[in-house]
Amino acid sequence: MTAAALGLDWPVDDFTRIPFAAYHDDDVYRQEQERIFRGPAWSYLALEAEIPEPGDFVTTVIGDTPVLVNRRDDGGVSAFVNRCMHRGTLLKRECRGNSRMHTCFYHQWSYDLTGQLRGVPFARGHRGQGGLPDDFDIASVHLDEMQVDSYRGLLFGTFSEAAEPLDDYLGPSVRAELDRIFERPIKLIGYQRQRIFGNWKLYNDNVRDPNHGALLHMFHATFGLYRPTQLGGAKMDSRHRHNISYSLAGTSDEAGDVEAFADTENVFDQGFRLKDPSMLAYRKEYPDDITLVILSVFPNLVVQQITNSLCTRQIRTRGPGEMDLYWTYFGFADDDEEMARHRLAQANLVGPGGLISMEDGEAVEMVHTAVRREQEEHAVVEIGGKGPIADHQEYLVTETPIRGFWSYYYELMGIEPAA
Amino acid sequence: MSDSGSSSGSGGRSEREAIADLMADYVHFIDDDRLEDWVELFVEDCSYRILSRENVDAGYPLELMSCDSKDMLRDRILSLREAVLYNVHTDKHVLGAVRVSGPEDEDEDGVRAWSVQANYSLYQTTANGETRLFSVGTYRDRVVFSGGRALFAEKTVVADTFTVDRLLSTPI
Repeated sequence: MTAAALGLDWPVDDFTRIPFAAYHDDDVYRQEQERIFRGPAWSYLALEAEIPEPGDFVTTVIGDTPVLVNRRDDGGVSAFVNRCMHRGTLLKRECRGNSRMHTCFYHQWSYDLTGQLRGVPFARGHRGQGGLPDDFDIASVHLDEMQVDSYRGLLFGTFSEAAEPLDDYLGPSVRAELDRIFERPIKLIGYQRQRIFGNWKLYNDNVRDPNHGALLHMFHATFGLYRPTQLGGAKMDSRHRHNISYSLAGTSDEAGDVEAFADTENVFDQGFRLKDPSMLAYRKEYPDDITLVILSVFPNLVVQQITNSLCTRQIRTRGPGEMDLYWTYFGFADDDEEMARHRLAQANLVGPGGLISMEDGEAVEMVHTAVRREQEEHAVVEIGGKGPIADHQEYLVTETPIRGFWSYYYELMGIEPAA
Repeated sequence: MSDSGSSSGSGGRSEREAIADLMADYVHFIDDDRLEDWVELFVEDCSYRILSRENVDAGYPLELMSCDSKDMLRDRILSLREAVLYNVHTDKHVLGAVRVSGPEDEDEDGVRAWSVQANYSLYQTTANGETRLFSVGTYRDRVVFSGGRALFAEKTVVADTFTVDRLLSTPI
């Protein structure tokens, strides 16, 4: 398919321009559902820790597809389209729970934890009348199943036979980061949900943009949690589809920061102090000195370490103009009481009410709204450079990982480069 | 006390009336953007928490917003004023019937707490005058009297609306 056939105009081949139509067009959205969320990408489903026991399940959505994820009796995990094979009813309506069988509430067809149909009420009718025809084979009915794999307790799924193995899809740099963040058994502490009125890719852009961190999020800059003057960088996999932005707090000097922020308005106020700064403290828990990681995995996952606040964020599409973020917070099973309290206090920094993240949803919405009638125009993505996309930039004033996202998007969407 | 002041500070009324006034001040101070006055409705070692019903039902401790002291509340308000950007909006709370029970027996410090429960609806209106329902839920509070004033020792907001539209900036 050509970009033009999709109604998209990519004037340069290094992805320093993004057509605004890609965020708004209904056909583009439909193609994404097919080629990405039903295609060879691995989508993040849930954490294994959410379903430790046989029969434990969660429901989620991958793109527009409702998905049911459960732990089987053999300890493995299966994921199915959350749809009864009879008349198409949503099979499981609850967000989470435990059940031995999945019984459709409409006509009571029931499936076991492998997705196999086990029972149909009145299959032989009543008094020899009605029921299923003789040639209907219950054993042949199985829920539509995804391929599932897990890395470090994160469950991923794909609908495509053509998907590469999950380890290869993640690549060594992302695997190393997940090894780091999920180094010990985790303990869930809760969920947050946020509805954002903008395209799901605008959020992917946002999390691949280290440059905005201390400009949009004044709280970050003001309290030194994250400044572009700190040591840090952006590291991508070799295909540039995923990104790890990281930084080390306390590695910039105050005088240099004042000078660096001279061009900004109201972003960095030296005189501003918290009365209770305990929330900002980092209790060192990893062997390195990295205090902030935003790991984004194409197409629907962000893993966050902001000092001691750890969570996954799942991106759920809701049409071209709307998306949900599903935040799953965790600590470690061996957290002492003080650490458990500290993580809860630090949850104030992120999520829909987070002091350093509440602006992201607003930024996405403001872009989405402003470009509605500008679909022939393009976003400019040149901070961090043009031309070939580097795997690793050891600085933070960059938005190059956005170009990485779009290069893989372009490939998955089957867009042929312009001649 | 002037009209713009806190009604819960005036004396000569029953404790129940003072609690009803406190609940009214709470919602009107937020809606009138008097957040600095709003903070003064809490005791120093207060707890203010916004919980999502999802986490409450599942037994998870995570909050949407939590302040363990009046200083943390002051920081939250100062941050809203100085260090975060949020959607321009006006809040309007509609408070349901206030259920007051108590007081409990004196605790070791001689304080007698009242339990207070009320449902709320919170509408938000944008800069363009569009109004939508932002949150519905229940306040589950503990109120104490200090210097003749009713104050919140604990304010717990259990939000039925646990998918937050856009963002949660001003308190619920």
